[in-house]
Amino acid sequence: MGRFVGTLRRTAWQSVPTVIAIVVIDFFLLRLAPGDAADALAAESGSATEETMTALRHHFGLDQPLLLQFLSYIENLAHFSLGFSPLYNMPVSRLIGERLPGSLLLMTTALVLALVVGITAGVVMSMFAGRLADRVLSVIALLFYSIPGFWIGLMLIVVFSVWLGWLPSGGQETIGAGLSGTGWFIDRVRHLILPATSLALFFIAIYARLVRASMLEVRDQDYVRTATAKGLRPRVITLRHMLWNALLPITTVAGMHVGAILGGAVVVETVFSWPGLGRLAFEAVLKRDFSVLLGILLLSSLMVIVVNMLVDLLQVWLDPRIAVR
Amino acid sequence: MATRRSSVGLFLRNPTGLAGLIILSLIIVAALLAPVLFPDDPLDMVTRPFVWPLSNGEFPLGSDSLGRDVLAGIIHGARVSVLIGVASTVIGLVIGTIIGASAGYFGGRTDDLLVRLIEIFQTFPPFLLIVVLVSIVEPSVITITLSIGIVSWPTIARLVRAEFRSLRERDFVLAAQGLGYSNARIVFLEILPNAMAPVIVTTSVMVATAILSEAALSFLGLGDPNLVSWGSMIGAGRDQLRTAWYLVALPGTALVLSVLSLNLLGDGLNDALNPRARGR
Repeated sequence: MGRFVGTLRRTAWQSVPTVIAIVVIDFFLLRLAPGDAADALAAESGSATEETMTALRHHFGLDQPLLLQFLSYIENLAHFSLGFSPLYNMPVSRLIGERLPGSLLLMTTALVLALVVGITAGVVMSMFAGRLADRVLSVIALLFYSIPGFWIGLMLIVVFSVWLGWLPSGGQETIGAGLSGTGWFIDRVRHLILPATSLALFFIAIYARLVRASMLEVRDQDYVRTATAKGLRPRVITLRHMLWNALLPITTVAGMHVGAILGGAVVVETVFSWPGLGRLAFEAVLKRDFSVLLGILLLSSLMVIVVNMLVDLLQVWLDPRIAVR
Repeated sequence: MATRRSSVGLFLRNPTGLAGLIILSLIIVAALLAPVLFPDDPLDMVTRPFVWPLSNGEFPLGSDSLGRDVLAGIIHGARVSVLIGVASTVIGLVIGTIIGASAGYFGGRTDDLLVRLIEIFQTFPPFLLIVVLVSIVEPSVITITLSIGIVSWPTIARLVRAEFRSLRERDFVLAAQGLGYSNARIVFLEILPNAMAPVIVTTSVMVATAILSEAALSFLGLGDPNLVSWGSMIGAGRDQLRTAWYLVALPGTALVLSVLSLNLLGDGLNDALNPRARGR
């Protein structure tokens, strides 16, 4: 237990300066954006006099010196407030809070799908390394690696929604169906299949290639030869001895790719009208609502940091030697 | 020299790497010849809307909802993809190499600071940061290229730093220092050529990622409005997905082929330049 606490404390301390830098960069990006909340509101209403603009700027504290604005931004952050979105007429944190569960559901499903399929494919490829099965799977993996999520999403809609009519083409659930219990659950799963698959393909390819490489790396090590000499069954050696050690690089890469999944979610959610953070980010761009956009950017960075801390803990569990470093 | 020739030989004997090189060459030729093959603006209306592919010899890939030639759009789109892909990768390479080389060569305090900088940039989800940067400035070929380049440098910086750390203690570097060469000369003329192999492999993957980012941007309507690109064609075709799916399928196929060719090329280069991975 102690080694987990030690690792957690160390990584938490290391991330403090990173978080501060991100907050500063975020704030100044917000300043660089053309127009402020008052301009956005004026554009929304169609017309505004110089007096109302001044009053609005005063109301949002936009007429204060930059340093004061920065301090109040920090103070707001300390109260978990990401500012106010004049266009949505609600606090940014509430707006994000409404959309976060949808994104987390989509991203987690895609990640689990990618890990399961990717690791399985990688193990199969390494078992048949250099032979036909390996070659075919390698080419498929490279193809998955090259297909943009938004395009395969649209093509999946053509095949499975338009031609076959098996799966819904967008949204999170059937609106107004009044389903409950199992029916509701099945409805949600049906809506999840296409977007999660579109998002997962790229990561299936990454994990498959990585597992194959690290399985082959592990294959020649002494303890694997020992296990073979002991007369263990090949399946036990592959799964218990080799895969366990090959998982370490997977966790590192999976942690590194949280940001990429978030980026992919922006486009995939737009394709499937999925009510998540990605689509909110896109709507914010169209409406030029930079407080929302930068709130999402800040939250995403924090999510990346937290996930990487969890990955550090996971690695200590997988390989206790890491905690000593 | 012998090793270099054998690397080229190894690459040329690799069927997938060669296939990638051939597809990529075709795309680059198409991009270069676009103004010759289709001298008119691909955004002009040239025929009636929704001509299906293979139904009219004059427009082999059909026309879109505004009667624009799909083939002309795809060929001109290749220009945008290749241009932005290569230019933004060059930007990423220059920034990443300078930062990675300084961190790896000087070490100590400089290294700590630059590694911290790399970490900060890596916490931003790359595509989200590109979207934010492009929407703060006006989207144009130049701003899109800069944004993608700015977001892509940390990968190269990490790679170059690792190479420099392992190379800087070698005898040839100590010899160069003993001869009194300047730091800049040692970094750029002595160490850098020896650190290029993994950078070259990553470069093809970076171009592929940049092409994908540009496509996703223009799909979302954040591309350069005055140019036709594969992403914007897919975005426009999306509205007729149910009736004219070829408007999404065709530019998407061009996109997948170009990205696939770059990834095949990257794999082939990796096998040829990285002896440890050989036979794997």
